[in-house]
Parts: sequence; C-alpha cells; structure tokens
Amino acid sequence: MVLMKMKFPAEKRVRLAQGLWLLSWTATMAGALTFCLGCLLKTELRRRAEVMDNTEIHCVPHTLMVVGIASLGINYFAGRICQDALDPGRFPRWKGFLNPYFKVSLFFTSLMLLAVIMSYAMKGSLEASLKIGLKNGIRFYKDTDTPGRCFQKQTIDRLQMEFQCCGNTDFRDWFEVQWISNRYLDFSTKEVKDRIKSNVDGRYLVDSVPFSCCNPSSPRPCIQDQLTNNSAHYNYEHQTEELNIFVHGCRETLVKYYMGLMNTIGAVVLSVFLVQGSVLVSLRYLQTSMEAVAGQENAEIETEGYLLEKSVKETVMEYLDPVLKIIMPNQVASSDEGAEAGNPAS
Amino acid sequence: MALMKVKFDLKKRVKLAQFVWFMYWFSVMAGVLVFSMGLFFKIELRKRSELMDNNESHFLPNLLIIVGLVACGLNALGGKICYDSLDPAKFATWKPIMKPFLVSCLFFNILLVVVALLCFVMRIPFQFTLAEGLKNGMKFYKDTDTPGRCYMKRTLDLMQMEFRCCGNNNYRDWFEIQWVSNRYLNFAAKEVKDRIGSNVDGQYLMDGVPFSCCNPSSPRPCIQGQMTNNTAHYSYDHYTEELNVWKRGCRDALLSYYGGLMNTIGALVLLVTILEVGVMVGLQYVDTSLSTLSNPEDPESESEGYLLEKTVKETYTDIMAKMKSMGKGNQVEGGEEAPVATVS
Repeated sequence: MVLMKMKFPAEKRVRLAQGLWLLSWTATMAGALTFCLGCLLKTELRRRAEVMDNTEIHCVPHTLMVVGIASLGINYFAGRICQDALDPGRFPRWKGFLNPYFKVSLFFTSLMLLAVIMSYAMKGSLEASLKIGLKNGIRFYKDTDTPGRCFQKQTIDRLQMEFQCCGNTDFRDWFEVQWISNRYLDFSTKEVKDRIKSNVDGRYLVDSVPFSCCNPSSPRPCIQDQLTNNSAHYNYEHQTEELNIFVHGCRETLVKYYMGLMNTIGAVVLSVFLVQGSVLVSLRYLQTSMEAVAGQENAEIETEGYLLEKSVKETVMEYLDPVLKIIMPNQVASSDEGAEAGNPAS
Repeated sequence: MALMKVKFDLKKRVKLAQFVWFMYWFSVMAGVLVFSMGLFFKIELRKRSELMDNNESHFLPNLLIIVGLVACGLNALGGKICYDSLDPAKFATWKPIMKPFLVSCLFFNILLVVVALLCFVMRIPFQFTLAEGLKNGMKFYKDTDTPGRCYMKRTLDLMQMEFRCCGNNNYRDWFEIQWVSNRYLNFAAKEVKDRIGSNVDGQYLMDGVPFSCCNPSSPRPCIQGQMTNNTAHYSYDHYTEELNVWKRGCRDALLSYYGGLMNTIGALVLLVTILEVGVMVGLQYVDTSLSTLSNPEDPESESEGYLLEKTVKETYTDIMAKMKSMGKGNQVEGGEEAPVATVS
C-alpha cells in the first residue's frame, strides 16, 4: 500500500523538476541563513560567557551551524539531480546514490527541528548556568587585584549598565556580599570595625549597591548608599522608590534576552525546515516518477509517484527487523522452534 | 584641434557603451550610499539635538540627501542613454539633450566637490555649537520637573556613559553648577545652609559628580562625592587618581565622534566625485564617437571620439564670446531703435 500516490503526466514531471530547481536554490539560501543565525547566536552567547557557568546552551548554535552547512550540501545535490532528472540518459547514474541521500537528508532536516525544540527545552539549563555565573561575578567583584578575576568588576558593571539590571535576583544580592575590597577600607575606624564584627564571616557588608545599578531615568541624583535607611536621605522612601536603581535582576533580564533571541531564530528555522522538507518531498516524487519511466520506450507516458513504497508501519518494521534480530536473537529462534514443534503436532 | 582624440570601430564603441552602462549602475549605488550617509548623519544629529545649541544647522545632511537623490536620478538617466546608444534609432531621440545633460553633469560634479569640502570645514562651527549646548545641558541637569527639560538628565547621563566622558571640558565643570535639585535638599540641615550661604547666587555647589561619570574600569568602587578631599576616603589621592571618573570632556568626545563621521562622509563624497567624473568622460566619448561616423549611413564605420571639440583655450574663448553676444543682444536692439527714432 503505497503512501501518498500521485499521478504525473510528462508535463507535470517537467514542471516538478523546474519548480524543484528553483526551490533548491531558495533552500540553499535558507540553509546559509540558518548557518549565519547559528553564528550570531554563538557570538551573543560568547560575549556574556563570563557570567555563565557552563557552555551546555552552546549546543543549540552548534546544531544550527551543522544543519546550515549540511543543508547547503543537500540542496546542491537536489539541484544537480533535478537537472539530470528529465534526461533519461543521465538520470540512472544517480540511482544508487538516492536512497542513502534521502536517509542522510531526513536526518539533518529532523536535526533542524530538534534544534528549535532544544532552544526551548534548555531554558532551565541557561537559567541555572546564569545563576551560578552571576553569583560568582558578584562575589569576585572586589577582586580587581587577583589574576584571573581582575575584570569581573568591569564585566559586571558594563553588564548592569547595558541590560539595565542590578544583582542576580534583585539589588538585595549586593547587600549579602562584600563588594568593596579590603584595600580601600580603613580598619582603624569604628564604623568599619563594627560592620566586620556584626557578621560571622567578618565581611564588610553594607546596604549599598555599585554605581552601575543607577537608573539614568531617575529624576533625582542616584542614591547608592544606605538604601534601606529612609532618614539618611531627604524626601526618600525606599519601599515606594522605583526609579532610583534598576529593579530587575540580571538573571531574569539575560534569560529574557536570550529566550527572545532564540524564539526569533526558532521561528526562522521552522520556516527553513518547511522549505527543506518540501524540497525533499518534491525530490522523492520526482525520483519515483522518473524511475517508472526508465526502460520504457515512450518517455512521455504518465507515471505514478509516491513517498513510500509500503505504508509507514511496514517501512519502519523493515528497518527495525535487522536491529531487532541483533538485540533479541533468542526470541526469534524460540518462535521458530515453537512453530516447528507446533507443526509436527498438527 | 580636438582634445584627447581616440579612434573607435564598432566593436570598441559597443564595449565602451557597455562599460559605461555598467559604471553608471555603480554610480547609482554610490548615489544611494551618499543619500543614506546623509540620512544617518541627520539622525545622529537629531539624537543629540538637545545637547546642541538651538541654531544647530542641518544644512549639511540635508544637502547630502538632496545630492544623493539627484545623483541617483542623473546616473539612472545616463545609464539609459548608454543602453540606447547601441541602437542608432533610439540614440537619435537622445541626441538633442546630450549636450545640456553633459553640462549639467559637469555642474553636478563641481557641486559634489563643494559638498566634500563643506564636510571637512563644518567641524569648526560645530565646535561652538557643541560647547554652548553642553554648557546649557549641564545647567538644566537638575530640572527634571520642568516641562521641556525633564529628559535632560537622562540624555546627559546616557551620553556620558556612552561616550565615556564627564562634563564639558572635564569633570570639574560639575563643581561649578548646582546639579542636585532643590526638591531633594533638606534646607533645615546645617550643611545645606552652609553651602548655599557660601556663594553669591545661593547655589548648592559641591565637589561631586553624577554617577554617569564613573569609570567601570576603576579597581575601586566609584568615588563620586567629596572628590577633592583626600581625607574623606581611605587611600585616595585625587591628584594621582586617574581611573575613578572619566578624564575626558564631553565636548572633545562628541567633537571627535562627529568630526570623524564628517571626515568619512567627505572622503566618500570625493570618491563618488571621481566616479562621476569618470562616467561623464565615458558618456562624452560615447556621444562624440557616435556623432562623428565617417559614413553616417553605415553603423559599422569608424569614428573618432574626443573630450572637447577644440582645445581648452579655444573652448573657453568660445564660451566667453557666446556669453558676450548674449549680453550684447539687448544692447544691439537698443542701438537699432535709437537710429530709427532719430531718422524719423
């Protein structure tokens, strides 16, 4: 029972080949676009690599780049095949090539879909990675003299200014960490000694934030110090103050930014997937309809094209049988013995 | 004696016409480029128009936009003429306007050179515009409740962060104005009363700068207040401290940005001028080679192309004579009337 049979008179075959040639060019450019989008995503992820703990999320742009390059190859061959398809002399040389070609193309096309699904599924992993990365960044903010960490301050400051965010979850993360280096603290003053004694780890904790948390849209000059002390500043109430510093946390902002980017890329890749799929379907129809012409004297006859020779279930079983034979040789052997035992009985 | 004569046979004419047609398409794209650069420049000026004096002039970007559009039009027409020149019948329809078209191309090229020169020269008045505008901008920093000025703080803060600069000439400009609004000053406090009493205008002046002057590359948290008081901060010497706030003044930063932009646009316009002169010369050769066919009935005959029909000196005297005769035309008429009047 063939799958999705269609009749193809000679003229329709010619039109199919021409349409496929145009479509393969479109799909080639779409594949190049996919590759570029993968590069763009990787660049954006690498730019903020310092506040990410792991690079698990990089598998999405890697997949996109692989798929982009693969689709260039797939569509190049599709174009060559459809050029040769209408010439009965040149078409047979593609005969042995087409079946493995379809398997490989199906694999890479489904990889495209997988990349889109991954970009949604890996949101949790991205968020976890950012949480740890930002926590470390804030912890090492003060270590501008430690090799390997001396640029954390600059990174975090620029990040907070560019993305208009403050802290990991929100600005209160800065209250829990000593972000002023000991080099700039006068340990002989009473205030510093009090603060250091007031907590177990001997850290200088203040209810202040760095200048990069300041919101330029605020109508008043930025209040960075003694944020929770209403009486320290004239006409200031920290519970209702909204514009003074950025209220969003950097983790939330960055996740939103990257998910937005991946959503846009995902939408484009889905349309590329549809184009690529239609190329493969058209090529399959062209192949099957031209194969029926081979060997006939009159090349103008009407032929049938189909997607699969047998139904989906039968085709799947055909491929799975060898695999199953390797996995479960005992079962097959025992069913044979059972049949033999059954036969003499009957 | 024609200037720069070149012999042409049919094949050479065809190749010349094709080449000039191709170059005209490049010129159309160059015209689009000039137009888009003018547009970009205009947008950049408008983005920061609050920081410039009111009479900032948009003359240069407007001129660039117009020149770009005219270039597109002229070059498209020139390309069409070249395309038709291969067909003698079509070329005959264009023949009458060839000379005026080439003359207008020449004037357009002179205009392009003027525009390029303007790009390099406009830097000087721009400097004064910026200085005035920034000074006023800083004065209105605190007026976030005054309609028309409420976004000045945000504009200045964003600009200082983006261009990595502080103040007009340097950060000390902030010490000379009151940039904290009275709404946030507690006039009952002694410190505020002292500061206001300490100067003639009753302004709250302090040796502090806004947060947007802070340099993220500084190894220590930003010191914004009491900047000239070494004892107020541990291990701080304001004479040697370099990384705390941005050292550069915003006038310098903005001037170098816009100056660089204008220089780039000027250089680009010069390149476009060279291209335009090239295609104009090419079109002149196409025109003359098709007009001087040795056998007018046979399109395959040889011909000569030249830049000018006579030498430069003779052409110049010709033009002068023509202009004089046009001027004398009125005088001659008047002279004729007078004898007629006296006779009768």
